[in-house]
Amino acid sequence: MIRVTSAVLLALALPTSAFASLGGTVSSVETDRVHMKAALVGIQSSGPYTVHSMQSPTGTTIREYYGRDGVVFGVAWDGEWTPDLRQLFGSYFDQYQRSTTAARRAGRTSHAHVAIDENGLIVRASGHAHSSYGVAYVASLMPSGITPDVVR
Amino acid sequence: MARLVFAGLLLFAAQVSSPQCGSQPGSTTPSPSGSTIPASGANVLPIVVNGGPTNNSLNQPFASVTICVPGTSNCQTIGGILVDTGSYGLRILSSAVTIPLPQQTGAGGAPVVECLPFLDGFAWGPVQTADVKLAGEQATGIPIQVIGTDKFGTIPSGCSSNGSSEENPDDLGSNGVLGIGMGIVDCGNACGLTGSSNPGLYYSCPTPTTCQVTTIANASQVINPVFRFSTDNNGTVIQLTAAQTGGQASASGSLIFGIGTQSNNQLGSARVLTVDAQGNFSTTFNGTTYNKSFIDSGSNGIFFLDAATTGLPACRNSTGFYCPPSLRAFSATHVGGNGTSAVVAFNAGNVDQVNAAFSVFAEATGAQAGGFDWGLPFFYGRTVFTAIAGASTPGGVGPYWAW
Repeated sequence: MIRVTSAVLLALALPTSAFASLGGTVSSVETDRVHMKAALVGIQSSGPYTVHSMQSPTGTTIREYYGRDGVVFGVAWDGEWTPDLRQLFGSYFDQYQRSTTAARRAGRTSHAHVAIDENGLIVRASGHAHSSYGVAYVASLMPSGITPDVVR
Repeated sequence: MARLVFAGLLLFAAQVSSPQCGSQPGSTTPSPSGSTIPASGANVLPIVVNGGPTNNSLNQPFASVTICVPGTSNCQTIGGILVDTGSYGLRILSSAVTIPLPQQTGAGGAPVVECLPFLDGFAWGPVQTADVKLAGEQATGIPIQVIGTDKFGTIPSGCSSNGSSEENPDDLGSNGVLGIGMGIVDCGNACGLTGSSNPGLYYSCPTPTTCQVTTIANASQVINPVFRFSTDNNGTVIQLTAAQTGGQASASGSLIFGIGTQSNNQLGSARVLTVDAQGNFSTTFNGTTYNKSFIDSGSNGIFFLDAATTGLPACRNSTGFYCPPSLRAFSATHVGGNGTSAVVAFNAGNVDQVNAAFSVFAEATGAQAGGFDWGLPFFYGRTVFTAIAGASTPGGVGPYWAW
């Protein structure tokens, strides 16, 4: 993993056009980081995709995955507190809200576990008080040649 | 909903304890792990695993709690409260509360309102003060959360960014949540911080539409009632009867207060597994160790890994669960931070094929994002101890799990 110094960070600063993350473009990764006041911890490229790792002020690690086209196809988090999902899920947040509500009302769910698989949005999250981890990806945005399990 | 007249603690205990097995403090027998003998005593709250208030719950344990206007006999008993070792503090739906609980206020006398994040959404509503009575135990004048938008109807965007609101029985799946996990208060020091390091659980609401995140001292936060009992306050024990393979309509059990404080809550041969700062231990499965593992009575399955790793196909209908064509047996090993290990055998069954009238299915398993969530199926036929952080017990200082 490449550790990025603040000088390099400035050079990496990109235009902040879209207010979106999942489904947004690489520029929104930086938007997310600024919005969440997170520190960029590292950037790692692995073949067809790149991972930005950041740490929120509450200590939660956030990873955003984008392909060569710059489109963010997956996000993941792990820490004491769930990050701002409206920011992290971007244009998919409304769908996420609807899906979790529908799943609860269908019954046989619990508060400690999220499993959404609807219209190509896949979310898995688990945890308890003071522990939250999860992944989300959009199947149609996955770069060819990689499988969803890279988002972790 | 019955109103109880407080006429002495023992009489009260007799009223709210399990009527079918009576309530005779001190008449209990030590219960070995796996016992199906219902516990009894002033420190025993009956549990039932059934469909709950919405009549469609699976593997969710419920109990009744009694709340009172502090220092008065103006009390109310509310059933269908989820017994949750995965959270800390009592939360009750506003629609279920009929007594006038005093509102907690903060800086400038402004009401304090909480946004409690769950994984699948959040609970928004004011912090109020109540005497909380569980079996023969009482937590006097503690902050609880009353979930609902009836008084503070504008949910701040910083709260709704957790997902969707759970403010009615259909969304909460219960009339409330009794958080009796290993933590003391639901946020802790982080909620005393200013700026973006504050996770934003507590709001100050000078008016119902102008809520802002506020700092709050630990002493004013929603608190695990067990910690505030005068006795039996170092942890809890959950005992559930074993479940039939294939499921059954319901199950019963006990939430016993205290660890090693009475004859009915002795550790015996239970193994003590200590946890990390986030309350997790490790699970070793097929030679790989997964650090983000936890036990949680509020989780309705054993959630672990993914279909590719386990070879278990996802269900067609029950999203998030596994549906193997036939029963599959697995083994894993719990490893505590203290190095203590314990082997767990468990089965994965087909959730889509469970009788819709069943609320108990021990073979409910599903996928998750990288660790092991040992939910309620782990509790069937076991005695599981939860030691509160910092509390002294015969098994050492909490937090820990033991079973």
